[in-house]
Amino acid sequence: MTRATLQALLSHWWRNPLQLFTLLAGLALATALWSGVQAVNAEARASYDAAAAALGEGQYDRLLRRDGQPMDQATYITLRRAGWLVSPVVQGRLNDVRIIGIDPLTAPGDIGPVAIGEDADVVGFLTGAGQLFANAETAQRLTGQQVIITPEAAPGTAITDIGVAQRLLGKQGQIDSLIIAPAQPRSQPPLEDIAPQLLRRAAQGGSDIGRLTDSFHLNLTAFGLLSFAVGIFIVHGAIGLAFEQRRPVVRTLRALGLPLRRLIILMGAELVLFALFAGAIGVALGYVIAALLLPDVAATLRGLYGADVSGTLQLRPVWWLSGLSIALGGTALAASGALYRLSKMPLLAAAQPRALAMAAGRNAVIQGAGAAVLLAVAVVLMFTAQGLIGGFSLLAALLIGAALALPLILDRVLAACSGLARSVTAQWFWSDTRQQLPGLSLALMALLLAMAANVGVSTMVSSFRLTFVEFLDQRLSSELYVSTEDATQSQMLTAFAVPRVDAILPIQFADTEIAGQPTEVYGARDHHTYRDNWIFLQNSAAPWDTTFGGQTILINEQLARRGGLGIGDQVQLQDQVFLIAGIYGDYGNPIGQAVISEAQFAGLYPGITAQRFGLRLDPDHVPGFVAALEAEAGIPATQTVDQARIKAISLQVFERTFTVTTALNILTLAVAGFAILMSLLTLATMRVPQLAPAWAMGMTRGQLGKLELLRAVLLAVLTAMVALPLGLALAWALLAVVNVAAFGWELPMYLFPGDYARLGIFALLAAALAALWPAKRLARTPPADLLKVFSNER
Amino acid sequence: MSDKMVQGVVGRIIALVFLWFLPLQVAAQGFAGLGTDAEGFAIPTPEPSFEFPADHGPHPEYRIEWWYLTANLTAEDGTPYGLQWTLFRSALAPEAGEGWTAPQLWMGHAAVTTPDRHHVSERLARGGIGQAGVIAEPFSAWIDDWELQGDWDTLQMTASGADFSYDMALTAQGPLIFHGQDGYSVKSAAGQASYYYSQPFFDIAGTLQLPQGDVAVTGTAWLDREWSSQPLSDDQTGWDWFSLSFDGGHKLMGFRLQQTDGQNYTSATWITPDGRTTAFPDGAFSAEPLITHQTVGGEVPIRWQVRLPAKDVDVTVSAMNPNAWMTTSIPYWEGPVTVIGSHMGMGYLEMTGYE
Amino acid sequence: MLLSVKDIHKTYTTADGPFAVLRGIDLRLAAGETLALTGESGSGKSTLLHLIGGLDTPDQGQIMIEGQDIAALDDNGRAALRRGTVGVVFQQFNLIPSLKVVDNIAFQARLADQYDPNWVGTLADRMGLTEQLNKYPEQLSGGQQQRVAIARTLAPKPRLVLADEPTGNLDEATAATVMDLMLELVAETGAGLLMVTHSEALAGRMASRLHLRAGQLA
Repeated sequence: MTRATLQALLSHWWRNPLQLFTLLAGLALATALWSGVQAVNAEARASYDAAAAALGEGQYDRLLRRDGQPMDQATYITLRRAGWLVSPVVQGRLNDVRIIGIDPLTAPGDIGPVAIGEDADVVGFLTGAGQLFANAETAQRLTGQQVIITPEAAPGTAITDIGVAQRLLGKQGQIDSLIIAPAQPRSQPPLEDIAPQLLRRAAQGGSDIGRLTDSFHLNLTAFGLLSFAVGIFIVHGAIGLAFEQRRPVVRTLRALGLPLRRLIILMGAELVLFALFAGAIGVALGYVIAALLLPDVAATLRGLYGADVSGTLQLRPVWWLSGLSIALGGTALAASGALYRLSKMPLLAAAQPRALAMAAGRNAVIQGAGAAVLLAVAVVLMFTAQGLIGGFSLLAALLIGAALALPLILDRVLAACSGLARSVTAQWFWSDTRQQLPGLSLALMALLLAMAANVGVSTMVSSFRLTFVEFLDQRLSSELYVSTEDATQSQMLTAFAVPRVDAILPIQFADTEIAGQPTEVYGARDHHTYRDNWIFLQNSAAPWDTTFGGQTILINEQLARRGGLGIGDQVQLQDQVFLIAGIYGDYGNPIGQAVISEAQFAGLYPGITAQRFGLRLDPDHVPGFVAALEAEAGIPATQTVDQARIKAISLQVFERTFTVTTALNILTLAVAGFAILMSLLTLATMRVPQLAPAWAMGMTRGQLGKLELLRAVLLAVLTAMVALPLGLALAWALLAVVNVAAFGWELPMYLFPGDYARLGIFALLAAALAALWPAKRLARTPPADLLKVFSNER
Repeated sequence: MSDKMVQGVVGRIIALVFLWFLPLQVAAQGFAGLGTDAEGFAIPTPEPSFEFPADHGPHPEYRIEWWYLTANLTAEDGTPYGLQWTLFRSALAPEAGEGWTAPQLWMGHAAVTTPDRHHVSERLARGGIGQAGVIAEPFSAWIDDWELQGDWDTLQMTASGADFSYDMALTAQGPLIFHGQDGYSVKSAAGQASYYYSQPFFDIAGTLQLPQGDVAVTGTAWLDREWSSQPLSDDQTGWDWFSLSFDGGHKLMGFRLQQTDGQNYTSATWITPDGRTTAFPDGAFSAEPLITHQTVGGEVPIRWQVRLPAKDVDVTVSAMNPNAWMTTSIPYWEGPVTVIGSHMGMGYLEMTGYE
Repeated sequence: MLLSVKDIHKTYTTADGPFAVLRGIDLRLAAGETLALTGESGSGKSTLLHLIGGLDTPDQGQIMIEGQDIAALDDNGRAALRRGTVGVVFQQFNLIPSLKVVDNIAFQARLADQYDPNWVGTLADRMGLTEQLNKYPEQLSGGQQQRVAIARTLAPKPRLVLADEPTGNLDEATAATVMDLMLELVAETGAGLLMVTHSEALAGRMASRLHLRAGQLA
């Protein structure tokens, strides 16, 4: 019985290969989309990790000397012998490359199974032969050194053994910092007793860039779910169609004595088979697409997918597993409804295909009510949503509500157009389009979600990029940063630098409290650097003028939110009262921050002198200046940081993500376009009876074909008009609700009309391309087929 | 700096470094060449003459060396415990050196075995900077805060890990004993050998600091000293080493080197209560696995039939805690055992080459 | 007795309220007998056929096929009944469009685990379908399609054949040929035949006939 039934079920696909193709392709594309988003997510993470690395992030607590100077190596031994599991680090610059010296035997970290390369010579590494690990670009700047190319090394950085680093940097017997291993012995003497000169600095995992990128990752995850929803729509459409088309056969099978349970099980098994097959194709497709679209991030992908010794890409089992689970889960989700309806289908239902029947009036009402409720919930949540669950509920309500509402909105619009139509052809066109709507609505919903996702994610990503760049500009605005050892050296630096640079901006701060919140107060020197680069969330008129004038204070968003402070409020530092003139974004900083003028700062905190300075000068003069500083003022290059360069590197790393996002946009639209194509092809056979009267009344087949094309584009335009506000609402929800819920601060939202226009054009192109073939086929329908409609033969 | 990025590089280097420790493991992993080729290192020769205390100190011209102490302990409530304190030296080149470039690497392993738990800790260090090392006079062997120091008649010993530490005092109750031919211990039919002597007569007392609290313990300890440059032949994949103390005071050291052809190379030393020794050549001693056990690291025999017919020894050796797997960079099994059969007693068992 | 129907009632809910299609039907049919069921459209004759075929369940009454009350069967039981014991020939043929003619003929026998290649061959031969075996249903004429459907129904050798206007979609000449073949083969298998028709001519070819009017036997 099973064999005969399977033969009957599977023969359907054999006889209707196009349907099989659409089903499998729909599933495969949805899986590929998911895989693609995962790739972007992973790529984004890798990019930001590298960027964060370049900006000096660390995940372990460290020990440093209180005065910022290197410690004696003996201190390290003392600590180890006292049971402190610390690992020494030496760093400095050589040929403009950051050299990091480590001791691999004591450095903490998860040391998993590692492939042993032929190129790594352990004896050489540990016994001072001088191996450095760096990426290819950095390696070029390390002439004369033995460099091993390591793609995962951050730009401009080389890692080597501590002994080698001490020699290269002239720091024999010195250690800059000690990494504290996470697991320590159960008892050890306190730090004050063994090395009172050292200071423990907490890991920076939760600091600026880390927090900022965490937020971005969260938003990308939301986008991943969204693209999955688009995929599910397509799978749902494909499966729904496959079931509708086989309804009569199913009925016949049951009439011939096939038990319902057996039938459901077999059809389920068939779907599982398809899902696995298409899922496998989808995973491979996602991989190929990723590899093709992202040649410049192939290294990262290799890390993502796993690499074999020869360096070729390899799919990891977990990757397959995740892709196939998504395909299976998506299919189950999409098929459960169809299988349920099948199980409830009466044996003696009318024999003709129910087809993609016009949504019955009752269904339309239910759908409309559902949409209205969901959108109302979304509006309420916009004002009240708190926490991540609220934020994601808002996203879900918004998207599903809009998708449900789409056919109804389009129906109303088309009805209105129909009413306005003058010519008979136009009237027929509008009413016929309206009649087609139910059959296309699933595909249009997919298009809506795809476009909204694209608008949303473009807005989110671009807003994030602008914020990130501004933040870097604001915080890393000087070309060179110099740390000094003491007040004397500060004076030497000032004396040396004044005639040579455009400006010296001392960086000085004091720890205090404002409005009960722990706050760092900075004293800023009056310079246009601040006016040019700092962007305020809110500010009074000319905030820098009044602040440099000594009357006002600028505070960060965190302090404003936690202290309940706003523009014009008064805050007090000792006996001085300041008015708040500006609130600035300070992404990720866990504590409060405030800025006052240098003069006020000196008055309030006379004991604090700057030991860090930002120097403004022509970027081309930086290397020469650094050399002269060392030669003439005796301040070594190791005390300077070329932040401008680091900024450039981190931005360059950052750019990759946007390439990937663009590629993903195109992929999503391609999938939506495919859904349209599929729906149109399915409708084509049912269209003949509808078109035959128009043909009989004198329209040529060519005209009908053109109108079909026009109809698809028109529906895409209308859908795009709904998608734009939906996408913006989505972006807003991500930036202003989800982000605040997750991280406590809001990412500003920017609009990018150019991007949206381009997206719109892409969407129209996708729809037109999808409609082209069905329209052509229609234009070539043999007259005999059209005539059949009027004969009783049919 | 990026800790993650450093980890990647560190991982590669660490993996390579470890290949230089425990040549037995190296051989097991297919790097036989590394473990057996002397490459300029000194090679043990027969008829050695030892000089003490100098020979308690390191021999940097040899590739590997260890100070290996195991102890069978009992708490006041009768609960048995096992304890391990080991310092390995592995040389990248046959010289002492100074500073970071010194080619001497040190690895410490410490463990406390209870009937149902096995606490392990590991430390790694470079020689030449003072973080780890051994000096002969006055004797001190240390890595970080772990230390074994004294005059060999009495020794103080400490070690610590994330979930345990201990502080022990040892007192020698007998002389040093020498394995093989006066301390020249042959390890294969091809002639690979090491220098090998022991102090198996320590009384030990002290405190174990465990998660459940401090435990005062007493017992006996066995300290092994061994150094070599090519202790294995190409076809040897691991070893099973037994140090057994029988009621009545006799002791037996026996090891079995597993070969790729399924055969074994065995060697044993019989020690009388007053420290006289009899060395037995290949084949005299035998150890047959009876029961195996799946540990977190691998499937290992945890009950053995051990025989030395020349001394009428036919005993069953059972692990006190079958899960005494050392989750160290180079993993192996090491733990206390009980002895039942022709002789009763206890001891220690080390098994490598099973992961 | 092959088939015995006692006091069958069936009521449908329609837009205008409940509608009693069958109101106490009794009939009996022995193996080898043929019986025509005639009546106006809406007289309930197709409904009765569906009930006997296990495609639907009666509200009241008893339908015994070979001594078994099929009204008491669950979905699986009724499916088994349709597979093996009872064969239905539909007016719309209900062939499986994706299967070749040969597979369509063999299909029900395979479902019922009663597949006999010789018998299927004989059926195809007698139905004049030998040339069409490797074609798909859509490539056949209406008469040929119905012959395929009849062959399919007879392939598992059912004891009771139910036919619902089997020639209703065919022209007169074709209908006569198809009818001849069906009667001939049913007679050979020794099955009972119950045929719903509104054609007096067809009804006349059956051994006996019953006329249904407003849900009752006239």
